[in-house]
Amino acid sequence: MMEMLNLKINGIPVTAPKGATVLDAAKEAGIDIPTLCYLKEINEIGACRLCLVEVREMRGASFGPARMVTSCVYPVSEGMEVVTNSPKIARSRKMNLELLVSNHNKECLSCVRSTTCELQRLCQEYGVDENRFSGAKTESAVDDSSAAIIRDTSKCILCRRCVAACRNLQGIGVIGANNRGFDTVIGTAMDVPLNTTSCINCGQCIVACPTGALHERDDTDKVFEALADPNKKVYICAAPSVRAQIGECFGYEPGTDCEGKMVAAIRRLGFDGVFDMNVTADLTIVEEANELVSRLTKGGALPMITSCSPGWIKYCEHYYPEMTENLSTCKSPQQMFGALMKTWFAQKEGIDPEDIFFVSAIPCTAKKFEVGRPDQSAAGVPDVDVAITTRELGRMIRKAGISFKALKDEAFDTPFSRGSGAGIIFGATGGVMEAALRYAAEIILRTKLEKVDFEEVRGVEGVKFAAYKLGDTEVKVAVASGTKNAKKLMEMVKSGEADVQFIEIMACPGGCVNGGGQPYQPASVRNSVDLRAVRAAILYRADAATDLRKSQDNAEVMQLYRDFLGEPNSHKAHEVLHTSYIKRGL
Amino acid sequence: MKKKPTTVQFTGTKEQEEKLLAVIRKYDGVKGKMMPILQEAQEIYGYLPIEVQRIIARETGVSLEEIYGIVSFYAQFKLNPDGKVAIAVCLGTACYVKGSGELVEAISDELKVAPGSTSADGKFSLEATRCIGACGLAPVLTVNGEVYGRLTKADIPGILAKYKD
Amino acid sequence: MILTVNDLNTARDNHLADVAMRVGCDKAVGKIRKHVLICGGTGCTSSGSTALRNALEKELAAKGIADEIKIVTTGCFGLCALGPIMIVYPEGTFYSMVKEENIAEIVESHLIGGEPVAALEYHERSGDHHAVSSLSEMTFYKKQQRVSLHNCGVIDPEDINEYIAREGYQALAKVLTSMTREEVVQCMLDSGLRGRGGAGFPTGMKWKFAMGSTGKKYVCCNADEGDPGAFMDRSVLEGDPHSVLEAMAIAGYAIGSDEGYIYVRAEYPIAIHRLEIAIRQAREAGLLGKNIFGTGFDFDISLRFGAGAFVCGEETALMTSIEGNRGEPRPRPPFPAVKGLFGKPTILNNVETYANIPQIILKGAQWFASMGTEKSKGTKVFALGGKITNTGLVEVPMGTTLREVIEEIGGGIPNGKKFKAAQTGGPSGGCIPAHLIDTPIDYDNLIAIGSMMGSGGLIVMDEDNCMVDIARFFLEFTVDESCGKCTPCRIGTRRLLEILDKIIAGNGELEDLDRLEELANYIKSASLCGLGQTAPNPVLSTLRYFRDEYIAHIVDKKCPAGVCKKLTRYSIVKDNCIGCGACARQCPVGAISRTDYIAPDKKLAAMAIDPAKCVKCGACMPTCKFKAIVKA
Repeated sequence: MMEMLNLKINGIPVTAPKGATVLDAAKEAGIDIPTLCYLKEINEIGACRLCLVEVREMRGASFGPARMVTSCVYPVSEGMEVVTNSPKIARSRKMNLELLVSNHNKECLSCVRSTTCELQRLCQEYGVDENRFSGAKTESAVDDSSAAIIRDTSKCILCRRCVAACRNLQGIGVIGANNRGFDTVIGTAMDVPLNTTSCINCGQCIVACPTGALHERDDTDKVFEALADPNKKVYICAAPSVRAQIGECFGYEPGTDCEGKMVAAIRRLGFDGVFDMNVTADLTIVEEANELVSRLTKGGALPMITSCSPGWIKYCEHYYPEMTENLSTCKSPQQMFGALMKTWFAQKEGIDPEDIFFVSAIPCTAKKFEVGRPDQSAAGVPDVDVAITTRELGRMIRKAGISFKALKDEAFDTPFSRGSGAGIIFGATGGVMEAALRYAAEIILRTKLEKVDFEEVRGVEGVKFAAYKLGDTEVKVAVASGTKNAKKLMEMVKSGEADVQFIEIMACPGGCVNGGGQPYQPASVRNSVDLRAVRAAILYRADAATDLRKSQDNAEVMQLYRDFLGEPNSHKAHEVLHTSYIKRGL
Repeated sequence: MKKKPTTVQFTGTKEQEEKLLAVIRKYDGVKGKMMPILQEAQEIYGYLPIEVQRIIARETGVSLEEIYGIVSFYAQFKLNPDGKVAIAVCLGTACYVKGSGELVEAISDELKVAPGSTSADGKFSLEATRCIGACGLAPVLTVNGEVYGRLTKADIPGILAKYKD
Repeated sequence: MILTVNDLNTARDNHLADVAMRVGCDKAVGKIRKHVLICGGTGCTSSGSTALRNALEKELAAKGIADEIKIVTTGCFGLCALGPIMIVYPEGTFYSMVKEENIAEIVESHLIGGEPVAALEYHERSGDHHAVSSLSEMTFYKKQQRVSLHNCGVIDPEDINEYIAREGYQALAKVLTSMTREEVVQCMLDSGLRGRGGAGFPTGMKWKFAMGSTGKKYVCCNADEGDPGAFMDRSVLEGDPHSVLEAMAIAGYAIGSDEGYIYVRAEYPIAIHRLEIAIRQAREAGLLGKNIFGTGFDFDISLRFGAGAFVCGEETALMTSIEGNRGEPRPRPPFPAVKGLFGKPTILNNVETYANIPQIILKGAQWFASMGTEKSKGTKVFALGGKITNTGLVEVPMGTTLREVIEEIGGGIPNGKKFKAAQTGGPSGGCIPAHLIDTPIDYDNLIAIGSMMGSGGLIVMDEDNCMVDIARFFLEFTVDESCGKCTPCRIGTRRLLEILDKIIAGNGELEDLDRLEELANYIKSASLCGLGQTAPNPVLSTLRYFRDEYIAHIVDKKCPAGVCKKLTRYSIVKDNCIGCGACARQCPVGAISRTDYIAPDKKLAAMAIDPAKCVKCGACMPTCKFKAIVKA
């Protein structure tokens, strides 16, 4: 039984469990205390000093003096009295914001984070005078070397949420605090360009950032220009996690599925075809499962590890170059999609692949890097021309004047119109594994699967293990999400502690639903809602609701094999759907 | 003060690298080993260029950026090698109130070396330091470790002349 | 090896004679007739004491009396301004500012002939022909009460036996063999000892909290003395390192820890060297390591070197640094006594605090509590610096007034200048104005008048110091040393500095004073650690006591002390000028030229300074022998 403590917040009696912070207790009582640096369990460093509140605590039988404490890390105590909103505290917060703004590049009008910026919102709330403490500004720089992530230190407020995301959450640490005092900046070692580091482009730093100091490379202009080019046929495919989160860009609560509206909106942008990436997710399963069977029976590096996540791929290439043999050679669903568009589809429709402009809408920033990788051009031109994130898609829709909320649901175009439930759940950690198991179980058992749910591999747990007895065969698998967990799992594999045949790894914690390209949610939401679980739930609901739950039952996929690819893992399939890796090292 | 990366070519030798590897091995399993490793690495090379940080990152498994974050935090760690004639002027309180700020200016003017940097030819480096503890001799400066005390700026040309050739 | 308390007592008795001559027992041992103590502290080493020792050794050998004279390199005597210092026992002759070329005379006349060299002996005042013949006669030492420094300048810090001869390690023996952990902590509480490093938290309370925690624990020593102008910790480490080791072992016993770390500034090479020797000797003697005195108590100490970050004097930053990270403070709670170094319960005390502890154990809490004031017990070491005759280290009972320290012990302000203010507590402290010079110094009084004890730096300022400039100097230090983690300190101190710069440049407005105060108070209340919370003190205290100087800078556009260059004007009093032109020759920018005015009693036309050309370097002033050049 958890010990409960009694305290008062702004005069209102509140109970909170022992060990809770003042911030937690206030939240529970319906009072938001503003924060900037705090990210629950990720960045609890008490650095920004915005969340200061006044407390008086019992010292023996009487109250001690009133003190300002950091509510995000200060534990509650029995009898404590907290004031969160006195004029003194408001002045303190305002001063804090004035100081931050005095060293901030105030390009708010055109900033990518305008209206979603946590600093901007607070400055507005507290009526901050922007110029009272003007003075020297930290030497700042824009690093736009990366294909995926742009860093602009002039907008950085040194909350270090990005550093925590990179180092603590992802276990990478390519950015961190350098120098000290007023000269402190977040940067790379020796301030080298990000693209020369072992950054994996996962974008977790971006979604952690409260301001516009970190953002994805904006490729929307390229897409608008292609759409306006009469000589281009412009197609787009949307990943499962995009439809599940695009609503957040338009004010829907996290956890609202907007597939139909999204398709309708994209169509109104002027694309020549709007396709469902779930179809190539299904295709990935067929290719990957057969690759696994081949490695198990004919030999090959085991355990085999999934290759859908470009962040994970780059992580593996940098940190475990010796394990790249273990990666499935399958391209990711995005790249398979582009490859098919520029080979099979181009052929079928009689279009020169050069005239196809293929866009993927993805929850991921690393996909922007992936489109430029070598060995990703089945038709001699890049498989995918531009990868845009959920956020960019949202911006395009808004910029085009499309009333997202008012749209009626519409359906994807053929010939990639419908993926299976197995494809849908690709967006959540364990989803690829479950999809593969649905496929493998039927192949191994040579019978239709009654129960398609493999719940052991679901959930936000960082590393999951499961073993399934399928007839005489025991299939042992592992799933990890977040590269810190991937590292944990890789070490277990290398030491022999993890004895598995097949591994799914996603670079982002929780999988694509929590990708670096997903809509911004302020810390106040991130700290109280587990976005990984809430967003994944949409995918599992959609999977449960469909009658097409297995990749092998997807008629459009089977059609592709009949018309173009032949057998799974055929020579043709290898040409079009498989790729190779680079041993990058550190 | 923000540290500037060096323009001096790295000339680390195999012997130095072996010494560094031995240092890292010595601290294997020791808690909180990063500071002593960096300090001993600086003793070996005289400074901590990126090449040295990279070796330490590789051998300890700590990210290169984390190491740079530490190196750029502490005043002791140098990204630039010392000049052949390393001048340090104490700007501790006792020295400051007795005019050490003027000494820095005078040296900087005379040698055309900004505080915190090394002259283009690598000969002179000028550093303004915290209290070196010789407050009784204030104001003081050191040249290659040799202490000069109870100075006025009139003494500067004479001191520098000794090291000019 | 010292395996039992009996072994320790035997060792003490065997070595008592080695030090007897220096501590008042006029007892020659064997052939040794005299002890020559040469200060090996950083101050005297900087002024050449190592060369002095070498020269003395050579001279003694040359005269064939090397076996009659024992040379001892000691820690600091305190009077650093007069270094290098040499004392000859048994008579206690105090030689100051000794040069190598004096050695022959000292050996010939004093060590052989028995006649001290009067010319080299310390004189109380310049021009005073009556030399004081011994330490006890010197005003500098008379008012002092040396507790934490009691071995400094007495023993050879590189010889554990001299420490043992002075009752060293007896306190550790006492706690291990006759006191419970609770009794040790109670003794600390009863003594009233408060931390000598900064905030003055009761040491016994710290220990009590840590004692209550379970599992692995650490004992840390803060030797990262960083206040500009403070060097008492360094002096203790250089002069009496074993006292710190012994105290840490006592703390280890009290809180239940077997492992200690000393975090010492890398810029203190002599202190580090002596600590390394001391730790080695203590281990060899069995006074550190396993099963000390056969009691089953284990304790060992490792050194870690600070790397030049003032913020690492803050306890959580120090621990973060030992752990191998950027030395950034962590929010408290959790307090180190619960979760400190490597996540384990930890106590951290500074060097001077530890140096008191063996004597508190041996002489009793009451003895210690009998010194000092009601809430500040014992003595405090101050590092005197700035505009004071006797720059150096002094240790006085808490409650001694500033006047006694400055005027009597410190010998007053040199050059007949007027005392203006004393700055205590370094960058965290404040400036105490002349009208408060009779304030008895203790923790609470200093806070009440807007300063703080800090580690004990005491910088004296005279009429030539500008208080706005001084505030700016300390603030620049904290801006430089801010770790950059929290907003108020990172940006706020920088903005404070910018406002001061504006005032010093003559561009200040009266509203700036309100802004300074508002910002300063915000930084104090909102910063993450002690550095930021105290960083505005130099500004606030000067605003409080020297507001008129700020106003002079802002309203009259004048720096009354003539320090702030942009507000200073050099001019030539034409009737004093003999027209020699020396000043014009010295002027680096050619701002001085001849006028056509010839003063009534002079032969040549007077010079004048063109204010438009003048860069205010001040080079002209010392060239004028006729006081014709003035600045205002």
